[in-house]
Amino acid sequence: MSVVRIPPVLRANAGGNKQVEVDGVTVGDILSQLVTRYPGLQSQLLTDEGELNRFVNVYLNDQDIRYLQERATPVDARDTLIILPAMAGGAGRES
Amino acid sequence: MALPTPAAPDQVPGQDPGPGHGRAYRDILDAIGHTPLVEIPRMSPVADVRIFAKLEMANPTGSVKDRAAKYLVEDLERDGRLTANSVILEPTSGNTGIALAMIGQRKGHRVVLVMPDNVTRERIQMAELFGAEIIHSPGALGSNGAITLAKRMAASDPRYVMPYQYGNQANPRAHEETTGPEILADCPEVDAFVAGLGTGGTLMGVSRFLRRAKPGVKIYAAEPLPGENVQGLRSLDEGFVPEIFDPGQLDGKFLVSNRDAIAALRSLVRQEGIFAGPSSGAVLVAAARVARLIGHGTVVTLLPDGGWKYLSAGTYTRDLDEMEEDLEGGVNWW
Repeated sequence: MSVVRIPPVLRANAGGNKQVEVDGVTVGDILSQLVTRYPGLQSQLLTDEGELNRFVNVYLNDQDIRYLQERATPVDARDTLIILPAMAGGAGRES
Repeated sequence: MALPTPAAPDQVPGQDPGPGHGRAYRDILDAIGHTPLVEIPRMSPVADVRIFAKLEMANPTGSVKDRAAKYLVEDLERDGRLTANSVILEPTSGNTGIALAMIGQRKGHRVVLVMPDNVTRERIQMAELFGAEIIHSPGALGSNGAITLAKRMAASDPRYVMPYQYGNQANPRAHEETTGPEILADCPEVDAFVAGLGTGGTLMGVSRFLRRAKPGVKIYAAEPLPGENVQGLRSLDEGFVPEIFDPGQLDGKFLVSNRDAIAALRSLVRQEGIFAGPSSGAVLVAAARVARLIGHGTVVTLLPDGGWKYLSAGTYTRDLDEMEEDLEGGVNWW
């Protein structure tokens, strides 16, 4: 099972969980299972077309999936997915 | 190992240009840029990958932001948007504010800065030293909170002129016209460039220049992993992507924890004798990943600022475990 870390802003829609374990072989797979389990996340994470919301970043082992194979990126059971809201410079940083 | 061949038109390749060459300026503003590029071999985890660091702390106010601030202010002057009654207003977590304060003072403009209230004391002191007035936004909202407050102030008073580094093309242009060409001139061998992602100015500008001048160069961003307590958003709609940021200008983006960044930063001080700020640590963690990714070649990193403004937070000395709580959001590390 891969670990998915949920940011504070989304936890109310994910049963209050800080992280959840999800089975899946691609990032898209895992996100689909996540929104099936927690339907409240659907509109937060994905657009009506099923694309990743512009204000959401998903990282596979700390790498932004937009620069891997996006939703088709393969995921190993030992991998960690981190979901984060887009922020200015991540967390109040600028450079 | 030999140094890369300098290709600057006014230099003889491989030869020291001589004492004082290119080091005398008529004005402090002309001394912005032209920063040194230094190899940091002990920070490369791969024998066949050379890593170089562009030392932006060598800029007049001590950070890369001098470049953008100069371009932003001169852009407003050219447009005629700055009049005798104007006040330059900008949201910033520090370096841009300090740079704008100095440049504004030199040029005779009043400067007001909106800063999160958890930035280190040194940043406020420096901005005030250069004559800026500071308005605080809630630290838990990070830069997002400062941006929102500054935009509200600008909308309510026409005297405020906001250079707005997050949305102003003068910011990336500074790097397209200065930082990028300096990197290629000093290190024609560059295969990959790594910098921190904040406004996106450095990465967008250098990417535009390098991709045009040396097709095939890869551009990577280091992004800080936000601590639990600094993700003070109420909804995702409060999230923010800087208007100047174009994801297509990057080849990859790495998330770096504050803890890893600080550990790398301490290695840099100890092993290479370079005293940099925390975001430089994040850049070096990403650069090490890029080195493993490419296997052989030359990586140029950009270190945005020096360590002086972070001393009071114990950045270089405190036990990392004890710092955990602060790293999670009590202090704005960037």
